[in-house]
Amino acid sequence: MRKSVNRVWRRVMANKLISEMGLPKSIANIFAARNIHTAKDALSLTEFELMELLDVGLAEVTTAVSSISEISCPPYQTALSLLEQRMHNEHLAGHLPTRLKGLDAALCGGIPFGVITELVGPAGIGKTQFCLKLSLLASLPSSHGGLDGHVVYVDTESKFSSRRMIEIGVNSFPEIFQIEGMAQQMAGRILVLQPTTPTEFSECLQKIKDSLLQHHVKLLVIDSMAALVSGRDGQGQCRQHPLGWHMTFIKSLAEFSRIPVVVTNQVRSHSGDDPFHYSFQDSRQNLDFPTTFDSHLVAALGIPWAHAVSIRLVLESKSGQRFIKVAKSSMSPPVAFTFAISASGISLLHDDGIEMTGPEINAICGQGNSGLFN
Amino acid sequence: MEVSSLPISASHRAKLISAGYISISSLSSISPAHLARDLGISENEATGILKVASQRGGPERTIPSHHSIVDGAQTAWDMLHEEESCRRITTSCADLDDILGGGISCKEVTEIGGVPGIGKTQLGIQLAINVQIPLEYGGLAGKAVYIDTEGSFMVERVQQVAEACIKDMQEYDSFLRKDLPARQVNLQANDFLANIYYFRICSYTEQIAVINYLEKFISEHKDIKVVIVDSITFHFRQDFDDMALRTRLLGGMALKLMKLAKKFTLAVILLNQVTTKYSGGSFQLTLALGDSWSHACTNRIILYWNGNGRYAHIDKSPSIRSASAPYAVTGRGIRNLASNCKRVKLILRARLAHDEHICRSLI
Repeated sequence: MRKSVNRVWRRVMANKLISEMGLPKSIANIFAARNIHTAKDALSLTEFELMELLDVGLAEVTTAVSSISEISCPPYQTALSLLEQRMHNEHLAGHLPTRLKGLDAALCGGIPFGVITELVGPAGIGKTQFCLKLSLLASLPSSHGGLDGHVVYVDTESKFSSRRMIEIGVNSFPEIFQIEGMAQQMAGRILVLQPTTPTEFSECLQKIKDSLLQHHVKLLVIDSMAALVSGRDGQGQCRQHPLGWHMTFIKSLAEFSRIPVVVTNQVRSHSGDDPFHYSFQDSRQNLDFPTTFDSHLVAALGIPWAHAVSIRLVLESKSGQRFIKVAKSSMSPPVAFTFAISASGISLLHDDGIEMTGPEINAICGQGNSGLFN
Repeated sequence: MEVSSLPISASHRAKLISAGYISISSLSSISPAHLARDLGISENEATGILKVASQRGGPERTIPSHHSIVDGAQTAWDMLHEEESCRRITTSCADLDDILGGGISCKEVTEIGGVPGIGKTQLGIQLAINVQIPLEYGGLAGKAVYIDTEGSFMVERVQQVAEACIKDMQEYDSFLRKDLPARQVNLQANDFLANIYYFRICSYTEQIAVINYLEKFISEHKDIKVVIVDSITFHFRQDFDDMALRTRLLGGMALKLMKLAKKFTLAVILLNQVTTKYSGGSFQLTLALGDSWSHACTNRIILYWNGNGRYAHIDKSPSIRSASAPYAVTGRGIRNLASNCKRVKLILRARLAHDEHICRSLI
C-alpha cells in the first residue's frame, strides 16, 4: 500500500518556510529581515504585533497572514472520503477484532487504528492477559483474521510471559498452532522491550518510532504506562505534567502510523482531594458520593491523560464477577460485559452487554480491598 | 477622527503626525504628490495612505441602518427581528433543546466542556448531522466543518448517527403525515457524510491557520452552517511555556470565530476539556484554558454527571436562563433520557418552536 505509506509521515505544516510559500517578494523579504521564517513564527503573533514589527500597513499584513494560513492549513476531506479511504486501505476499515463478539460489536469491529485504547483496572484483573491475546491476534496471518505483522510489546513490569502466550494460542487457535513451526513463527513476530527506568522508556519510544514503518509493526502495546511515568497525578497544576511529552508522542505515533496502540493503566484509591463537581453544583447533592466511592478506585495518570485516550476499557471485579466496561468511546454507547479468564485467555460470558446510563460506567471496583494497588 | 488610529505602518503614522496631519479631515483635500513631498516618501506610498484615510472617514455605509446618530449601529428592534428569524440546530434531545431555546444558536459561539467520556464529541457529531436535516423536517439543510485536533472523530459513529437520523425522519413521515401522500426519504447515511468537511489539525499553528483560512473557505462553500472544533484545548494545553502568548493567541482565535459566526450566520461550537482548580478550600472541576478564556465565548455549556445521569448546564449565556437538563448517549446518538419519549416528538417540537418564533416576529 504505497499510497498509505507516503501519506503517513505528513510534512509538519508548522515548520513550512515562508520563503517557499510564493508570497510577493517584497513582503517575503520583510518577514525574513525580521527573523520570521516559518509559518509558526508568523502565526504566533497577532496582526497588530506583525504591523508593528514589520512596519507595514494592516491591509498588507492581513493579506500575508491570509496566504500563509491558507498554505499552512492541512488539506480537508469529506467524512465520506475518509470512510472510503479506511475501508479501502485498512483491515476491516481500521479495526483489530478482539474475538470477543459483544465487545467487537460495541467497538464497531474491534480496537481502532490510529488512537490510544486504554485498559485500566486493579492488579490481577486481566489487563496483561488481554494484551497477550491481542498481540497474538495481531501476529496471525490474514487468512485467520490477523494483521499479519509484527507486534512491539513494551513490558515495564516484567509481566510478559511467552509460555502463557503460547498456551493462549494453542487453546484459542489449535488449527494454526498444531502446524509445524507455526508457534515459533508467531512468537517470532512479537518483539518485547523491557525498559527499567524512565529514561530507558523514553529512549524505547524513540526507537519504536524509527522502526515502525520499516518493520511492518501492526500493534503497539505498552504494559503498563503508569509504572515508569510519574506517579504524581495532575491536581491543580496540570501544566507541567511529567506525562505530557509521552502522551503527545504516543498519540501522534498512533495517528501517523495508523496502528492500534493499547496502553494499560494502574489504579489508586480515591482520595479526598479528587474533585468531582463544578462550582455551580450544590455540594449538598453529592453527599452520597463519598460513601459510594469508599471501595472505589480511580485511574492513575490524571485528567489530561483521560482526555487523551480515545477508548477507555475499565476492568473491574464486583461481588465475585468480573466486568469489562466501555467507559469512554466515541463509537459506542456505555456498555458492560461480564468476562472470565481461562486457558484460552479472556472470554465474555454473554455477548449482550449491559447498558449503563449512569456514572457507574466510569467507576472502578476493587475486590473489596482498600488501599493502594500497584 | 485621529490619524493615530489609522491602520498604516508605524513609521508612516509618525511622519504624518510630525508633519502636522493630526486629523483625517486634514487629508481630505490633499494630493498624493503634495503629501509625498511633505512626508519625504514615494508617491505610491502617499496614494496608499490617502486611500486608507478615505475608507475610514467615508460617510456612507452599505449596512442598512437608518440612523445618523452613530454610524454603523443597528437598532435593538432590528436585531430582535434578526434573532427571531435565526434558525437553531436541534440537539435531538428535547429537554436539551428546551433549555437552549430551541437548539444551538446560529449566529454565536458556543463553548461545550466536560470530563472525558461525558459526550462532548458525541454532541459535536450529532450537531454535524442535525445541521443537514432538510428544511421540510425542521432543519437547516446546511453543511458542517469538523476541525479535529485530537483524533476523536470516528467515522463509524458518524454513520450510525446519520442512519438513526434518517430513521427518525421516516418515522416522522409515517406518524404525522399519514393523511398526506407517502413521501420517501431519499437520503442515505453516505449523503450525510459527504456534507461534513473534515480537517485534522496536529499543532497550534495549524489550528490558527485553519481558523484564519475558514473565512475564505466558507465564502466558497456558503451552505456551511456549523463549525465544530474538537477540541479547542488540546494543542494549547501541553508544553505551552509562554502563558501570555497563549492568552493572546486564544483571544485572537475567539474574536475571529465570533466574526465568522456573525458574518456567515453560522453556529460555532468549541469543545473544551476540564481541569482542576483550588477554590473555597477544596479542589473543583472547571473548564480548561483559564479565566481569560472563560470570557471569550458567548455561550458556555457544561456537561456533567449528576446522580444517575448525564446533565447539561447552561453556565453562561446573554439570552438564555441558567438551567440544567438531562440527556443520554445512545446507540442512535444524543437523545432524551426518558426512554418512552417518542423520537418523533423531538423533530416535531423543533419544528413547532421554529414556527412559533416566526409567528412572534410577525406581531
